[in-house]
Amino acid sequence: MEKKTVHAFNGTAEQEEQLKAVIREHHDQPGGLMPVLQGAQEIYGYLPYEVQSMIAEGLGISLSEVYGVATFYSQFSLTPKGENRISVCLGTACYVKGADKILEAIEQKLGIKSGECTEDGMFSLDSTRCVGACGLAPVMMVNDEVYGRMTPEKVDEVLAKYMNNDKAGEAQ
Amino acid sequence: MTIEQLNEIRESKRELVMVRKVIKEEGEKLAQKTGYRKQVLICGGTGCTSSGSHKVVDTLEASLKKHGLEDEILVVKTGCFGLCALGPIMIVYPEGCFYSQMTPEHVERIVEEHLRDGNVVKEYLYQETVHSDGSILSLNETNFYKKQMRVALRNCGVIDPEQIEEYIAVDGYQALAKAVTQMTGDEVIDEVLKSGLRGRGGGGFPTGKKWAFAKAAEGDIKYVCCNADEGDPGAFMDRSILEGDPHCVIEAMAIAGYSIGAQKGYVYVRAEYPIAVKRLQIAVDQAKEYGLLGEHIFGTDFSFDIEIRLGAGAFVCGEETALMTSIEGHRGEPRPRPPFPAVKGLFGKPTILNNVETNANIAQIILKGSEWYSSIGTEGSKGTKVFALGGKITNVGLVEIPMGTTLREIVEEIGGGIPNGKKFKAAQTGGPSGGCIPAEHIDTPIDYDSLIALGSMMGSGGLIILDEDTCMVDISKFYLDFTVDESCGKCTPCRIGTRRLIQLLEKITSGKGEPEDLEKIEELAMHMKSSSLCALGQSAPNPVLSTMRYFKDEYLAHINDKKCPAGVCKSLLHYEIIADKCKGCTLCARNCPAGAITGKVREAHVIDQNKCIKCGVCMQNCKFGAIEKK
Repeated sequence: MEKKTVHAFNGTAEQEEQLKAVIREHHDQPGGLMPVLQGAQEIYGYLPYEVQSMIAEGLGISLSEVYGVATFYSQFSLTPKGENRISVCLGTACYVKGADKILEAIEQKLGIKSGECTEDGMFSLDSTRCVGACGLAPVMMVNDEVYGRMTPEKVDEVLAKYMNNDKAGEAQ
Repeated sequence: MTIEQLNEIRESKRELVMVRKVIKEEGEKLAQKTGYRKQVLICGGTGCTSSGSHKVVDTLEASLKKHGLEDEILVVKTGCFGLCALGPIMIVYPEGCFYSQMTPEHVERIVEEHLRDGNVVKEYLYQETVHSDGSILSLNETNFYKKQMRVALRNCGVIDPEQIEEYIAVDGYQALAKAVTQMTGDEVIDEVLKSGLRGRGGGGFPTGKKWAFAKAAEGDIKYVCCNADEGDPGAFMDRSILEGDPHCVIEAMAIAGYSIGAQKGYVYVRAEYPIAVKRLQIAVDQAKEYGLLGEHIFGTDFSFDIEIRLGAGAFVCGEETALMTSIEGHRGEPRPRPPFPAVKGLFGKPTILNNVETNANIAQIILKGSEWYSSIGTEGSKGTKVFALGGKITNVGLVEIPMGTTLREIVEEIGGGIPNGKKFKAAQTGGPSGGCIPAEHIDTPIDYDSLIALGSMMGSGGLIILDEDTCMVDISKFYLDFTVDESCGKCTPCRIGTRRLIQLLEKITSGKGEPEDLEKIEELAMHMKSSSLCALGQSAPNPVLSTMRYFKDEYLAHINDKKCPAGVCKSLLHYEIIADKCKGCTLCARNCPAGAITGKVREAHVIDQNKCIKCGVCMQNCKFGAIEKK
C-alpha cells in the first residue's frame, strides 16, 4: 500500500502502549480485528497508516486486510477529526423534518462540506444515519451532546457555544 | 443459581415492581409494604437522555436529599416509555401521574408540592391525562397507550434495566428455568413453531422453523446470534428494547441455545447506540454473576455464554451472512446462500440469527404457551409488532400493536394525527427496502401479507408518516442515496444498479427527466431484484417502484410539467415577491444569505433568480406574506 499520510502522525509512546494492550487482549479471540480497530480509534481518534501497520504486525495479518476492514465501515476514519465533531442526523425521521436544511446551514456557517474538517481543526462535519432520537427530529450532535428540534436559525446558537470558548462547550 | 433461589429473589422484589403495574388504591396498599411511599420513574433511554433526562435525575436526587425524602421515595431510571416526543418523561407511582417535558426547575416544584406535600402539580402533567373535571388519568388510559398491547415491550419503562433482580421480579428467567428443567430442545422448538412467531427483523421467516433447521444440522459446535444492528434510518425498536429490558434478549438467546444445542451466543449491536451497549454489557455481566449464564445453568448440563460485538456503521451487516462475516472480523460482505446459516453460518458452524424484537417475545411464549401467543394477531401473522412511529405525526414514539391493527388506528388514534392541520399522504414502512402505503389504503390491517400485497413490507418496524409537504420522488431519492452509500460493492447489480437508479431520479428532480426514464427505472429495478446477491440490492428499488405505483402523477409532473407539486425539489421551484404585498421593510434582503434580493426602503423588492439559492429564508422572515414559492 502506498503511504498516503497528509497529516503528520504524532502518536505518543503512551498511546502505543495502550494499543499494544488492546492487541494483546483480542489477539487470540476469533474475529478480533474489529474490536482492535475500535480500540485503536478510541486511542488515536483515527486510524492512520502507522496505526494500521502496528495492528497488522500485532495480530499477524496483512496490512491490506487491516486496510480493507478499516475502509469498509463508515465508523472508521483514516483522517483526523476536528476538536469538535459535529454530526447531523440524516435518518428518515429527521430528513422529512428538514435535516438537510440544518446540514446546509452548518456547511455555510463553517465553510466546509460534510465529511470535511475546518482548517483550524476546530470542527469536523459529518452526516450520520439515525441516532435513534427520532422524537426530537431534526437532530444534530456536537461531540456527545444531542441537540433536538433544530432549525437553521438555531444552528448559530449551538455552534457559538463551541466557538467562543471551547471549554464552555465541553463542560456542557 | 437454583430455581428456588430465583423464586426467592422474585418474591422479595415483586411488590416493589408491582406498584408500577397496578395503580391508585391497590398500588397505595402495595406501596406501604415496600418501604417506599412513592416511586419516581424517569426514562433513561436515548430519546429522553437527549432531552436532558440525566440532569433531571441529578436535580431530583439532590432535591430529595435536601428535603430528607431519600429514604421514602425511590428513584428508578427505566428504559423507554414510548412517547419520546414528550421527553424527558417522569412518572410517579402509586398515582401513575405522567409528567412530561421535565426540566430541573419543574422537578424542584414537584418534589416540594407533590412528593413532600402530596399535591399533584397538574400544570406539568401531560395535558391529555388531566380530565376537564380535574381528575387525572393514568398513562394506560391515554389514546397513545389504550390501543397498544405490550408483549415485547412489556418491561420497558417498568423496570430498572440495570438491576437483574427487577427483571427477575417480573418472572424473568422463569422461562429459561422451565425450558432447561422441564422441556427437551425439541419441545421448546415445537412451542415456538406452534406460536406462529415470525422473524421481526423484516423477512418474516417462521422462527421455530429456523431453530429446527439448526437443531437438525450436524455439528458439536453451534452458535446463537442476535441481530441488534438496527440499520433502518428512523427505526429504534431494538434500541429501546435493549435499553429498557436487556435481560429478555439474553434469556431468549439462552433458550434458543438450549433448544439447538449451542453453547455460545453473540449479540451484534450498533456502536451508534452507546446506552444500549452499556446496559446490555451490564446485563450480561449480572447474568453471569447470578449463574444464569455460564456453566451448568440451573444445575443442568446446559452451559451458555454470550459475547457482545460492536458494529461499525455498515447497513449491509444487518443481512445475516454479512453480519456473521463481520463478527468473524472481515469486511461485512454477504455470502451466497445456500448454504444457509442454519447449516453453515458463523465460523462455518450451524448458526441461528434472530432479531432483538423476535427474542423479546420468546420468554413469554415459553411461559404463557403457544396457544396464548397465537390467539393474538391475524391468520398469517401472530402476536404483536413494535413500530417506531416518526415523521409528520403528533405522537412520535414507540408503539406496540396486535397484528391486524389498521394504519388508520395507528395514525389517527395512537399517533394523534398529523400536526399543523396537514393531510396524511402516505406511510413508509420497511425503510430503504420497503415502500409506502398511500392514503387510499389507510384502512389496511397491518400484517406481513397485506403489506407485501401493497408492494411494501413489514420491515423491522420503522413507520414514517408523510404529509402533503413531502415529495414522493424526493423521498425515493433519499432512500436510494442511502442504498448507494451502503451498497457493499460485492455484486454488480447492486453496486452499479443503485447508482444508475439514483442518477435517473436526480435527472427527474432537476427538471431534465424524460418520459422514457420511467421505463428505464422499471427495467433496471427488475434486473436488480432478480440478480443482486443479497436483500439489500434485491430490495433497493422498492421505494422507487412503490412510489411510482401510487404517485405516478407526481413523477409525471416532474417530468412533463417540470413542477414539484409538494414544492420540495429545488430546481423546479422558485421564490417570487408579490409586489402588491411587499412593504419594502428590507427584512428579506438583509436575511438573504446569497444577496439575491434588492430594492429600496418602502418599495417592492425583487429576487434575482440567478443568484437565489432557494433556501426559503426570505419567505420565513417576511411578515406580510409577500413571498411566494412556485
